[in-house]
Amino acid sequence: MTLKDIFLKVLRRAHSDAHGTGVALFEQTGDVIRAEQLLKDAGIPVAVKAPPSHMRKGCDLAIEYRLEQEPFLRGIFDANNLRPLGFFPVTEDLPGPASLFAHKDFGEYMMVRAANMKITIEKVSGRIVNVSGGGCPDVPHLARILVNQTLGEAEPPRKKGQSLCAYALHLAFEEAKRLWNG
Amino acid sequence: MEWLICGTVPEECPCRLCRARISEGGRELTLESGEGRTDVSVARGTAALAAAYAIMADILDIPPPLVLLAGDDGGGEGSRQVYRFLHEQGLPTVRGIIFHYFWPDVDWHNRLLLRLETIAPKPLLCADAGFMYAAKMSGYAASYDLFFPDAGELAFLADEKAPHPFYTRGFILSEDNRAPELARRAHTHENAALSMLVKGSTDYIIQSGEVTASVSQPNIPELEAVGGTGDTLAGIACALLCAGLPMGEALTRAALVNRRMGALARPTPAADIASLLAFLPQAA
Repeated sequence: MTLKDIFLKVLRRAHSDAHGTGVALFEQTGDVIRAEQLLKDAGIPVAVKAPPSHMRKGCDLAIEYRLEQEPFLRGIFDANNLRPLGFFPVTEDLPGPASLFAHKDFGEYMMVRAANMKITIEKVSGRIVNVSGGGCPDVPHLARILVNQTLGEAEPPRKKGQSLCAYALHLAFEEAKRLWNG
Repeated sequence: MEWLICGTVPEECPCRLCRARISEGGRELTLESGEGRTDVSVARGTAALAAAYAIMADILDIPPPLVLLAGDDGGGEGSRQVYRFLHEQGLPTVRGIIFHYFWPDVDWHNRLLLRLETIAPKPLLCADAGFMYAAKMSGYAASYDLFFPDAGELAFLADEKAPHPFYTRGFILSEDNRAPELARRAHTHENAALSMLVKGSTDYIIQSGEVTASVSQPNIPELEAVGGTGDTLAGIACALLCAGLPMGEALTRAALVNRRMGALARPTPAADIASLLAFLPQAA
């Protein structure tokens, strides 16, 4: 049994015994996106949610976790130089991401929508031909990077995205990739 | 009378009050002030909005738009520069203002709105994109004269619990055939502007929560995929309002002109907004 196996076993036990949740809040939405990826890579089940209503500032995301897992989160954040604003217990149901995907077929092209973001690809090549929707300033920035790249070569939007719109664009990107790969 | 366009662009752009003109060839917006000149790409976002306004200004014989833009790649610094400029340096006398691509920041929004409400005569306050999100999140959406939501953003406005379109609850998310019902719901909860132009396969003109007109022809489905078509619609509408058209008439005509522009361009879903804008003079 490797150290990783032991670590995952402890995590799974902690998860099965868990009761109650908390959220980790960050100054920047981009840090939340990075934190989620690190935790998922480490096999820790977390969800992105809106922060508790009295803590919202604007374009916010938070990491929701089982309270028992907080030490693991702290360890991973420390190791990766991520500095959350804090860890807080949650006593309300937090809104989660809009889960509705929509697809539109334009013959040679296909458009995928996730929440308020849309990505359109050329079917034969997987080339991203358009990005539309959204209202946060990183959307035009990401659109400039993504348009004319193929789904295979483009960096996932969550890597450079810093907003909820970028996160929605990332979901649309992944869904388009899934559909294109058949 | 003048109109002010505030927002961000995804490239370097100093934060200063400028006059915007469309460049020869139509692919760039030229921003000029006493402090210098900057060219920004008309690819989408606030630059596309300002470009549409500038083209309409020529046609309507009104001054080109005043713009206050800053470069912002998503970190929010450019947005904060514009918020700070407006808050500290005040506003020129204008007929209307549109706030567009901004990092949605409720604190800054509220400080700015308080400042705007002291201006007499109060300009028409319009919001779209990130600033519209901040306006709704703040609970002061009803302080605005005009919003430009698409069908999904209308669902966000109608969902009194959603702090961002990303969190709109599934039972509210829908296609635009529920627009009249959602507009009423948003208005009832004071999460709507007095007037709204809801963009979709049918464009709805909403005043005080009720549909007063709709435009569905010419119908070019490919336009939904083209980034920037909502931005040009907002730019056209603002120019018509600045020219003195009443709200309902300006919004109906803007929807029609934007659709005609799309029809004339015969776009594929891979078209870019600059190629569509070339047809705006003909469409208007």
